[in-house]
Amino acid sequence: MKKKIGIHQLYSEDPVKADELVWGRQSDPDSRRGFLKKSGLAAMGMVLGGTVVFAENMPAGLIPAGLLDLAQGSPIPGKHPDLIVLNDKPWNIETPAHLLDDEVTPADKLFVRNNGLAPEKIDVAAWTLTLDGESIPEPVVITLADLKSKFKHYTYRLTLECGGNSRAEFNPPAKGNQWANGAVGCSEWTGVRLRDLLEYAKVKKDAVYVGYYGKDKHLNNDPNKVVISRGVPIAKAMEDESLIAFAMNGKDIPLMNGHPLRMIIGGWPASVSGKWLTRLSVRNIVHDGPKMESPSYRVPCKPVAPGETVKDEDMCIIESMPVKSLITYPKSGAMITSDKVLKLRGHAWAGDKEVVDMHVSIDFGATWQKCVLKAPHNRLAWQRWTADVKFPQKGYYEVWAKATDSEGISQPMVVPGWNPKGYLNNATHRIAIKVQ
Amino acid sequence: MSEIEKPDLTPEQEQILAQVVRRTNILVYATGFIVVVALLNIMAPQTMERLFQADTSSANADSLMVAMESTISDTLVVDGIHMATGLIVDDGFEQVKASCTACHSSKLITQNKADRDGWKKMIRWMQETQNLWDLGPNEDIILDYLAKNYAPVATGRRMNLTNIEWYTLED
Repeated sequence: MKKKIGIHQLYSEDPVKADELVWGRQSDPDSRRGFLKKSGLAAMGMVLGGTVVFAENMPAGLIPAGLLDLAQGSPIPGKHPDLIVLNDKPWNIETPAHLLDDEVTPADKLFVRNNGLAPEKIDVAAWTLTLDGESIPEPVVITLADLKSKFKHYTYRLTLECGGNSRAEFNPPAKGNQWANGAVGCSEWTGVRLRDLLEYAKVKKDAVYVGYYGKDKHLNNDPNKVVISRGVPIAKAMEDESLIAFAMNGKDIPLMNGHPLRMIIGGWPASVSGKWLTRLSVRNIVHDGPKMESPSYRVPCKPVAPGETVKDEDMCIIESMPVKSLITYPKSGAMITSDKVLKLRGHAWAGDKEVVDMHVSIDFGATWQKCVLKAPHNRLAWQRWTADVKFPQKGYYEVWAKATDSEGISQPMVVPGWNPKGYLNNATHRIAIKVQ
Repeated sequence: MSEIEKPDLTPEQEQILAQVVRRTNILVYATGFIVVVALLNIMAPQTMERLFQADTSSANADSLMVAMESTISDTLVVDGIHMATGLIVDDGFEQVKASCTACHSSKLITQNKADRDGWKKMIRWMQETQNLWDLGPNEDIILDYLAKNYAPVATGRRMNLTNIEWYTLED
């Protein structure tokens, strides 16, 4: 196994250098694409068993997809090699729970959920954002440079979680990416308030929804087919924390997470936070872009039995995400001695609400121990919790973590309400511990 | 019922045994590596020159091993799994590979489970919304393959924790 990790470690440390070391490849220093004087092209083609077509467009530091099939680890430059690739076309990559221990999720550990293909060419100097739609009197076009220089900047830590996070546990299984628990993160986002932009464009009183359009391409490469265009009701759009962001953790947003511009709507399914943002359509109806329609990102309006067929008109759009928590230390599978006090820690969040209570159990939910819970850094940021746990005797244990939100709603210990698309599983996170 | 028991060894004997195993492993890897290097020397002498000037030559060797494995992987089947796609090799495999992986990753198949009706719904959804073509006579072949090889498993309300990698937690 070890030899398979080599190439990814090499690429994760310095992708461009790795290109040179492995293939002897040098790319155009300006575009960071292609092969200078065909350096390394023949070697790469030989190993791939064919010619690299469109070699001039191939980005520097990208491991050829043909080499990924058997290999482990993260293939995307700038992402941690231990992230789990669920899908490589489109890219869907999750973070194991123990790698989400940072207070602020770093760029290399933030999950990726793409519906289509990320744009290949990002021209930051030419990037513009258009505001239009029924509820904008005259379409407004703002350059990225103007957006950065003419509007006030705000920075918030905001929890982004995929609506399908933890889908893997639903039974009967739901189709789609089988996320475990790692399609979540809380990074620090900087941008302008969506509200400020809407007011600048003289948003009308009849506005109902803000829909986004981005520069990603459909999997079948049809340039006229919109991949995904979702958004939020106007009330959510007008909140202080609803941002049009151009920076993450003080740097450019990673390409796979939406560089150079994206929406950030904390606490709601991450699919409402459009990436590679080029246009905001302010609608006087509920937005009707692709993946707004039923059953995408919707759950049954009324509870249903597992496996039940639900009519499209009986599915309702997901808004705030439910209360949830993760144990980020230790990693599951820890073996400890019986005299040890285990210092657990993790994060808890509750969509639009706040977490007010946090408990852990080492006896499958029979008894619960209260944890120390910190206030959020700002509204819609996840909250740090810690607990010291002692185990009564040697043996196999599971630590379960349960958060309770400001309305008294807790995480269920079993998988909650089955739904056809497998969204909103907020069952308690569990790790295994062996006391020896 | 007979079981082969590990003989009692002294610590010294244990050490010698471990060394022998280690050396054998090195020999096997080294032989494999030499074959790879020889092949590459014939086919791409310039690249080889560059590789061995670089100071991270062990990482290069690792990478090349991966690369060489991948080259043969389109025909490689291990334990009934087609290594390049991860798909189970069975009747209908070729049709699935040709029809499905043209647009999306085979991982979208291998990580999902459904009965025949469930897979049919996914195909209809792709036809209605994602420009998937009419699969014609291949549809039944594909559905039979998927329903047989990627069928749901009843897991109840909550599964046992699985795939636990045990490790000693140091302070």
